[in-house]
Amino acid sequence: MTQFARVTWNAVALLAALAVLAISPSRAEEPVKIGVVLPYSGVYASLGGEITQGLELGFETYGPEVAGRAFELITEDSEVKPNIGLSKVKKLVFQDKVDLLVGPVASNVANALRDFVHQQKVPLIIPNAGNNLLTGERCSRWVIRTSFSNAQITRGMGPWLVEKGYDSVYLIAADYAAGHQMMDAFRETYTASGGSIIGESFPALRGTKDFGPFLAQIKAAEPKAVFAFFAGGQAIQFVKQFDEFGLKDTIKLTGAGWLTSPLYVDAQGPAAAGILGILNYVPGIDNQENQAFQEAYQAKYGRVASEFAVQGYDTARLIVEALSQTGGDTSDKDAVVAAMHDVSFDGPRGPLTIDPATNNIVQDIHIFETSPGDDGMALNVIDTLSAMQDPPNGCTL
Amino acid sequence: MLLDPTFLAIQLLNGLQLASLLFLLSVGLSVVFGLMNFINLAHGTLYMLGAYIGLSLVRATDSFWLAFALAPLAVAAVGAVFHVVLLRRMQAASPMRQVLATFGLIFVGLDSVRYIWGDYSHALAAPELLAGSVQVLGQTYPTYRLFVIGLGIIVLLVLYFGLERTRLGAIVRAGVDDRETATAIGLNVERAFFLVFCFGCALAGLAGVVAGPVLSIFPGMDISILILALIVVVVGGPGSLKGAALGALLVGMVETFGQVIAPEYASVVLYALMALVLVLRPGGLIPVSKAHG
Repeated sequence: MTQFARVTWNAVALLAALAVLAISPSRAEEPVKIGVVLPYSGVYASLGGEITQGLELGFETYGPEVAGRAFELITEDSEVKPNIGLSKVKKLVFQDKVDLLVGPVASNVANALRDFVHQQKVPLIIPNAGNNLLTGERCSRWVIRTSFSNAQITRGMGPWLVEKGYDSVYLIAADYAAGHQMMDAFRETYTASGGSIIGESFPALRGTKDFGPFLAQIKAAEPKAVFAFFAGGQAIQFVKQFDEFGLKDTIKLTGAGWLTSPLYVDAQGPAAAGILGILNYVPGIDNQENQAFQEAYQAKYGRVASEFAVQGYDTARLIVEALSQTGGDTSDKDAVVAAMHDVSFDGPRGPLTIDPATNNIVQDIHIFETSPGDDGMALNVIDTLSAMQDPPNGCTL
Repeated sequence: MLLDPTFLAIQLLNGLQLASLLFLLSVGLSVVFGLMNFINLAHGTLYMLGAYIGLSLVRATDSFWLAFALAPLAVAAVGAVFHVVLLRRMQAASPMRQVLATFGLIFVGLDSVRYIWGDYSHALAAPELLAGSVQVLGQTYPTYRLFVIGLGIIVLLVLYFGLERTRLGAIVRAGVDDRETATAIGLNVERAFFLVFCFGCALAGLAGVVAGPVLSIFPGMDISILILALIVVVVGGPGSLKGAALGALLVGMVETFGQVIAPEYASVVLYALMALVLVLRPGGLIPVSKAHG
């Protein structure tokens, strides 16, 4: 009987081993599924498109596979609506069983996703949404940001402007969380450096059709500079009207760099010349990675890569490098996040790491000035603030 | 700062400029509403279409003035098709069905624009003649905005004399007053209304082109301004030319000075104005008197 038992056991063990062998090769070839939830309709549709193109180019460049596993992107439209974004993410997690999530663009959608991914323990990599709280008070081990925090972008500009002699400014920004957070961070460092803020306006994010009323107010206040945050259609209007109302002659226009994004700086025409911006990326950054990135992107998509495209591109690279550390294994999500903390590389933006204390990116922030060039408006980097790292801001991971 | 006369003058011009654009946009909406009892929510879509067609024309011909002349015609043609295919069939339908049908058209228009022109924001350059700025009371003011104000006044005068002095105007007035009787005495009210509808669409297209250099062009530019145009119609009184002019002026000024004095309450003040008018004068400030109510 013992002999029979031994034979049986051996047979079972053999069969089990065969079963494992039969499963594991196919398991290694299974693609890494990445759920991408970005806006493909609504006000931020163009940004969703840019980031997706950056992601695709990134996986092409640094993949196309890791440890034998290819990458499969499953895209869903968030429509810039928190409830829609959340239901799309639930579908990606429960139905498609994605390994990782990438998204969204808008912070209100990111806020809606945060608790869900925190409970499900599925890593969410944010390629744009900048709300400070997402890597501050509301941070999560499962929410990693490769783009920026609002404060990270504008904080450096305060002391810099004072040093250049612009010791009085007027603040103007779109009236929503991002506008206020960017102005708060600027105000804090600017006044601490001895600058004085002589007026503030927060026009409605959507309702404002005309900046005329605000520009007349700014002009009457006579600041040395204006520090502004607008993006998209509002940025086009603001920059053009700032010039038309004759403010440019006496007041320096400065702001978070989306004011003169390469996406629309040419639509602003000559009015966009001589503006100071601060941002995590401009196409003209002088390093090898950026040159290679711009060449590849322009060859593939036929236009200059924007600050949004680069955030998608670096997100793809972070994923590839983290998974090559885990040997392509995505089953242990905790190990994947730990690997992301260990990744560091020189990208088009400069050296990048993920801060293990907050999960926010640590990156260079660039100060640039616009000037008319041979083919459209050029954004020339004039200063770089290296390795900007956010304080924990109430985050405990 | 508010008592500074030059500051006030500049803001007054800003208000007039917005009023002028709103007038161009809402006069078509208002007259169609008054004539046909039909609230065309897709009117803003025609405005957006005017801006985008203008953008394409400027790109193709490099001439703002060609876009200025042709885009309204193109939008009028779209309006004519819209009238024949949909509006004419729905005239007997309940107001709710009309509202829903034109509301649906807003989304059709939005996605069509995104499909044809993409998601990016654009702007039109002002024509060279008007691109610079002029000095108004020692303050720099964009020349183009003065042109917008002038255009609004010219269109108002043309419409006024057109309605008062021409045969078409007389038919339209008769049709608004008492449609049955006008038809009974042999006036072709139907045809007159069709022409007026197309003209209103052309004005919406014109507003779109003219807005191009002041406001930026993006998918959804129609929705934010449609709300203001609807307020203009309600405040001024549906169907009345003078009402549309007065409503546009009021809304333009309240919007502009509201943003200067109390930006947080600017939209509240606007809606409060509308509510006040609805309570005190439900027919609008200058209502059209109708024989059959």
